[in-house]
Amino acid sequence: MNLNELTAHELRDLIKAQKTNTTDIRDSLLDKIKRADSKVKAYVRTFDTPKDFKEIDTAAGIPISIKDNICIKDQETTCGSKILKGFKSPYDATVVKKLKQSGVSFIGATNMDEFAFGSSTENSCYGPTHNPWNLDCVPGGSSGGSAAAVAAHEAIWALGSDTGGSIRQPASFCGIVGLKPTYGRVSRFGLIAFASSLDQIGPLAKDVTDSAILLNIIAGHDENDSTCAEVKVPDYTKSLVKDVKGLKIGIPKECFIDGLDPEVKTAVMEAIETLKEQGAIFKKVSLPHAQYAVATYYIVATAEASSNLARFDGVQYGFRTHPEQSRRTPLIDMYEETRDKGFGSEAKRRIMLGTYSLSSGYYDAYYLRGQKVRTLIKNDLDKIFEECHAIITPTSPTTAFKIGEKVEDPLAMYLSDIYTIPANLAGVPAISIPCGFAKNGLPIGLQITTKPFDEETLFRIAYTYEQSTDWHKQKPKL
Amino acid sequence: MNTFETVIGLEVHLQLNTDTKIFCGCGNIFGQAPNAQTCPVCLGLPGTLPVLNKKALFYAMKIAMALNCQISPYIKFDRKNYYYPDLPKGYQISQYDFPIAKNGFLMVNAHGDLKKIGITRAHLEEDAGKLIHDTAVNCSLVDYNRTGTPLMEIVSEPDMRTPQQAHDYLTALKLTLQYLDISDCDMEKGSLRCDANVSVRKMGDAKLGTKVEIKNMNSFKAVKSALEFEEIRQQKMIAAGERISQETRLWSEEKQATFAMRSKEEAHDYRYFPEPDLVPFIVEQKIIDEIAHSLPELPLQKLERFISRYNLSSYDAGILIQDKHLAEFFEGCAQLYSENITPVSSIKNNKENRDNTDHTHILKGVSKKITNWIIGPLQQELNSRKSDINTIELKLEDFVKLIALVESGSVSNLVGKDVLKFMLDSGKGPEAIIAEQGLAQVSDTGALEKIVDEILNEHAQIANQVKEGKESAIGFLVGQSMRKTHGKANPKLLGEIIKRRLLNG
Repeated sequence: MNLNELTAHELRDLIKAQKTNTTDIRDSLLDKIKRADSKVKAYVRTFDTPKDFKEIDTAAGIPISIKDNICIKDQETTCGSKILKGFKSPYDATVVKKLKQSGVSFIGATNMDEFAFGSSTENSCYGPTHNPWNLDCVPGGSSGGSAAAVAAHEAIWALGSDTGGSIRQPASFCGIVGLKPTYGRVSRFGLIAFASSLDQIGPLAKDVTDSAILLNIIAGHDENDSTCAEVKVPDYTKSLVKDVKGLKIGIPKECFIDGLDPEVKTAVMEAIETLKEQGAIFKKVSLPHAQYAVATYYIVATAEASSNLARFDGVQYGFRTHPEQSRRTPLIDMYEETRDKGFGSEAKRRIMLGTYSLSSGYYDAYYLRGQKVRTLIKNDLDKIFEECHAIITPTSPTTAFKIGEKVEDPLAMYLSDIYTIPANLAGVPAISIPCGFAKNGLPIGLQITTKPFDEETLFRIAYTYEQSTDWHKQKPKL
Repeated sequence: MNTFETVIGLEVHLQLNTDTKIFCGCGNIFGQAPNAQTCPVCLGLPGTLPVLNKKALFYAMKIAMALNCQISPYIKFDRKNYYYPDLPKGYQISQYDFPIAKNGFLMVNAHGDLKKIGITRAHLEEDAGKLIHDTAVNCSLVDYNRTGTPLMEIVSEPDMRTPQQAHDYLTALKLTLQYLDISDCDMEKGSLRCDANVSVRKMGDAKLGTKVEIKNMNSFKAVKSALEFEEIRQQKMIAAGERISQETRLWSEEKQATFAMRSKEEAHDYRYFPEPDLVPFIVEQKIIDEIAHSLPELPLQKLERFISRYNLSSYDAGILIQDKHLAEFFEGCAQLYSENITPVSSIKNNKENRDNTDHTHILKGVSKKITNWIIGPLQQELNSRKSDINTIELKLEDFVKLIALVESGSVSNLVGKDVLKFMLDSGKGPEAIIAEQGLAQVSDTGALEKIVDEILNEHAQIANQVKEGKESAIGFLVGQSMRKTHGKANPKLLGEIIKRRLLNG
């Protein structure tokens, strides 16, 4: 039995029984990374065992991998971007601090779309990550490195960030569990911002139990983050019960769109049947404004991103050029060339989109209207949650696509997040769990959404489904 | 003659003296070693988030109240996006559509006349860092110590018509702010900064002239000079039929002139949008009430009270209130003096006062004396020492005792001034100084008779003139006698003795 192939809770039991220890777990992971990551390319860097690392024989002590946009003190954090090359954070993100306090150690930083701009992990200055189920395919994105690392057993579990589906869609593509918690459930302090009003850190794991354990550790109010809610954190592992009797679950009629892959549709319909057998009650519901979600998202998210990325100007840290040919003033030359050479093309596209929609004369028509539609979408969801405990949809309309397939067609790429975006716009929690495989052998994901701060119901439904199937036990052959 | 009208509006930036910065826990002290007062948050490092310092908000509310503004209980911040190396996030957190204060006014006391200057709005924001251009090594350095200092921007209505009025407004504003004790208000340290908008139009024109913004003034005097220069420049241009361009001009202290900024900056589009890292919230009325309650008496209120309670002239009261601490010193003195109307036994000369039990009356009676001592000898001493009431060591009780000693005739007015000087030098009380230096007034008639004898001998000619009826010459003889006793003699007694000897003898 390979330690790296176990879940965190299985390892925890072994540690308790003194059958293994964290050093052995780290070694097995590093060994796997050495063997497999030249193919998967999930990691942008691995960390040495920290000098002050103590073996903690407690429930914690399981190593974790984190997305390259979450700051660890004295480690390089680059967001998959050339412009942050060499930046070492002088502080720990709040989630990192919490993990350290729980005795969790860090294995490595995982690849991502530059600044989380993308759905395929192709937009990284380190090159693309490959899907462990088919190396010619993308792992999804933007947390593709974290998802691929977990799926390839190069990580026990991992942290990602989700702005429009960046945890759930890669979890779906890689056949693992990915959770975007309620906005404000987990501190964003130390997460390098993409879109501040949408970003949320969350777990990517091999099963629902590990997701609940990880959320237990990272959730809770943080005085360093004003948007982090002062809502009590329940013990999420208590929600891991196989029981959905009487729970009402909505199926939005709008989710069966043209672009929905029939195999994905079939898998989701079968998942619904499985939950029905467990006692859940299904209901057709409607999200009348869902059709505007992607457009709204690209207005709001890019507007915030254009401002959030202004700080990468070459002045204080990271990459800086020294232009020799002066065009305007030395300062403006430095700004322009640094940002021109430091950012990739998707980053530039989004900065331009966001700058445009915030510009004087366009603000009302774009940003302001976007915020209004956002409220409508939230109202749609609120209304459904008045009569339903949860909503079920596919996580993504397709399984993983080929590397390079959508690079030249950003709009097609953006549609990959059509089911995941509404949860970010509304701030509600959503999880993606494996619900089958397509004929081509690629995993399919099921998305469950609940009302704000009701991750407990989310876990309960996900756990019940997971315990009724064995999709999560499948392993890619690498 | 006056064919032009000048229209001036001022924009003041005020650093608030909170203990910590507006969005992080860093100290907020001027003059630290470069970048010593920084943390990941105010350096704008990736991943960091702002958290509002409530104290800065409360200070801002105090300012809003003192400026008679409508206060917005809905607190919302926005991002103002622009690039500059002293702005580490690439945006400034400020307030755009919901300023904390709007529609207020300040009553400006300009040489006895009260003028109401409108306050358009005042909002809270963060200060930027400071660029240091090192010509020796041909590079620019950034000091981020100032980054994140709470800043209140106070925008006036274009209600001022002369550079002097602008100066008066700034003086009144600064005084009000000093009373609130929320800022150092020091233009040299940059804790108070002022930009001016000025336009000129032909008298009677309804339409405003083209507005010019002037920056880079580092004193109130410079603001006035810059406006005077600009006023004339624009008048000349209009008279010559030239068009005034809307631009930003910099004041040169050295050349005493304004100059258009070298590169005509492109019109900024700051792309304001709501700051997503700070959730808007509503301040409870209870808290607003508490802040209103904690508001101190403001300069104009104090002025009015001093006039009515202490019977001071508006001139005297006006001087006292120019410094909150001086005003407090005066009140302390007046209180102490009237409560201990006989701080020394020698006050028996003023028996009638002691019998007067009307406290208010007493207050009014002593206030003039105390005011004269404060704005006279004390102020002179402070000026010559280049210090103020806060920095000198002067006990209220000692100062009151000194005035009482002079009043009772224990020392002369002249000697009293010397005693004050010694008090400030040594920190000792007036009685100790008088005793040590033997300055007590000589009222012993025998001793004085002897001195008068000597003086009459020395100035026989003058004495004769007095005898012949030139009574005005008595003053000279008294003066000479005073001189001989080094000011210690009781001048009243001296005069009586001389009169008796020359006129009745």
